Amino acid sequence: MNQNLLSITGVSKNFGDVTALDDVSIEIRENEFFALLGPSGCGKTTLLRVLAGFEDPDTGSVTLGGQNLLSLPPNKRPINLMFQSYALFPHMSVEKNVAYGLQREGLGKDEIRDRVADVLTTVGLTDKASRRPAQLSGGQRQRVALARAIVKRPQLLLLDEPLSALDRKVRAEMQLELKRLQHEVGITFVVVTHDQDEAMSMADRIAVMSEGVVKQVASPVDLYSRPDNLFVADFIGSSNAFRGVASEAGVQVDGLGLLPGTFGASSGEATLIIRPEDMRLVDQDQAVLAGTVVDTQFTGGSSTIALSIAGHSSPVLVSCQGSASVTRGDTVHLAWDPSRAIKLTK
Amino acid sequence: MTSPAAQGRGAGRRRALGARFVFLGPGLFYVTVFMAIPMLLVLSYAFLKRGRFGGVKMEFTLDNFHRVIESVYVSVIGNSILIAAITTILALLIGYPTAYAIARLPRKWRNLALVLVVLPFWTNFLIRTYAWILLLNSEGPLNKGLTAVGILHEPLDLLYTRGAVIAGLLYAYLPLMILPIYASVERLDNSLIEAATNLGASRARAFFTVTLPLTLPGTMIGAIFVFVPSLGNFIVPELLGGGKTVMIGNLIRDQFLKARDWPFGAVLALIMVALLILLFAGQAAISRRINGRGRHA
Repeated sequence: MNQNLLSITGVSKNFGDVTALDDVSIEIRENEFFALLGPSGCGKTTLLRVLAGFEDPDTGSVTLGGQNLLSLPPNKRPINLMFQSYALFPHMSVEKNVAYGLQREGLGKDEIRDRVADVLTTVGLTDKASRRPAQLSGGQRQRVALARAIVKRPQLLLLDEPLSALDRKVRAEMQLELKRLQHEVGITFVVVTHDQDEAMSMADRIAVMSEGVVKQVASPVDLYSRPDNLFVADFIGSSNAFRGVASEAGVQVDGLGLLPGTFGASSGEATLIIRPEDMRLVDQDQAVLAGTVVDTQFTGGSSTIALSIAGHSSPVLVSCQGSASVTRGDTVHLAWDPSRAIKLTK
Repeated sequence: MTSPAAQGRGAGRRRALGARFVFLGPGLFYVTVFMAIPMLLVLSYAFLKRGRFGGVKMEFTLDNFHRVIESVYVSVIGNSILIAAITTILALLIGYPTAYAIARLPRKWRNLALVLVVLPFWTNFLIRTYAWILLLNSEGPLNKGLTAVGILHEPLDLLYTRGAVIAGLLYAYLPLMILPIYASVERLDNSLIEAATNLGASRARAFFTVTLPLTLPGTMIGAIFVFVPSLGNFIVPELLGGGKTVMIGNLIRDQFLKARDWPFGAVLALIMVALLILLFAGQAAISRRINGRGRHA
């Protein structure tokens, strides 16, 4: 496993009465593609700005490669930021935009020219070198912004909602492109996003944030299959949640009976989570729950069936392959593999 | 034969043209009557001989243009340009930091600051200039104050100097420098400054490589707004310069009202218009370069 590059320890930041970051601690490893994921206002952008040096945290420490980062002024940090708006200099050509950071390092003309040419080849914009940002498409601007950041060969590249300004099709392309570039240049990427699909498909690990607090840090697969708490279970993918009292065989829910799960010895209040794709439609004799179909949605490869279950307030979602064989008003029976059930106590 | 559809389109186009004229009309009328006709008059007077009691004689001549290069007029024009240039530079040095500071104020204070900047405009220009006479004369508060605290032993001759003219012009036109610069600084995307910082630029470097170039078009507008009326002003040189400092504005007025040499006055006025057009053309060219809407667009 790669060693830690960036250590964020106990960082808090308040703006007046608003707590933007509340005792945030995250370790980011070398050459990792790390995502900060959360709804808007969860503090992820503030955290990014703390790393870039545009905000000072009230408390806490940040080290990069063992060195205290917070004592460095923003223009001396070996960290580059790709802005959400790209923040390209409108009065400079693509080439000059990319060269700007190298000129600040006081490098020689020849080296600057070579490195700019290299990075423009990497992002595929060699033929646009003399254009102004206003003459480029959204996707091209994004690549200039990326080139301008990676040409500095930072230890850490921060990307603030890098794909939000692009339309759907270009976005999917750029997701792959970013991932490829990250491998190619070997820089640690920290990307801020509110889009869970984006984070899940690109990142090696994700920190899910809500209201200034880190809810869980894990790989995409672990976040999905082993959420730590209700917020993560709810935010990542869809889920069916049942509150009740835990026991060895599952969770006892008022009005629904014992919902099976294999948790080992446990007790106390708990929530049972079952993903829609883990729900199976079964014959009546194997059923754990029974419900009435209220809606079916066909989404191409699979369908989602929404069920109303007596004694449970929110609809229960079931995914199945192909089109649904049931229609509105049908009574269906549900079961699941107890080992797929997730128990949450938070 | 035209199809009914084509006829309909023709009528629609005529209606659109009519509607356009209704909206354009007042502006067009204003520009024609108060701009185009006077300019054409001035232009044509410049090529005619002077009438004995003012006015012009309908005889073509280029003599009026030859007179401009007489040393007395060259020195007046040169002196005017010098005074206007010094005023503009001072206004720039005071106005840019002021506008920058106002644009960086919290939003609720910005409007108040802007009102304070334009507040002097609410008083008559002549009265404001008279106030400077009171301020600068040998018995005025400035001289009195400086002698009272012992910095001066006897009053300085502040009034009726070139410095007084510059002070008066500066005071009169400083807001015209501040407002356009404020507008361009306020519009500047702060993330551009952050980007420059993030790429390794110090605060000063970010200012000179990003903020200044991007606010240059607005700054040049401010400079033109100060330079041109300073050059043409004749009230300030007369009241604060005491008639010792003659500027091109005084010269033009005197040609029309005192010397009754309208053609020569027209030539001098044309010189100013030509200068103005040149300055604006320069500003437009530079602003196009900076905004990147040049060759490729």
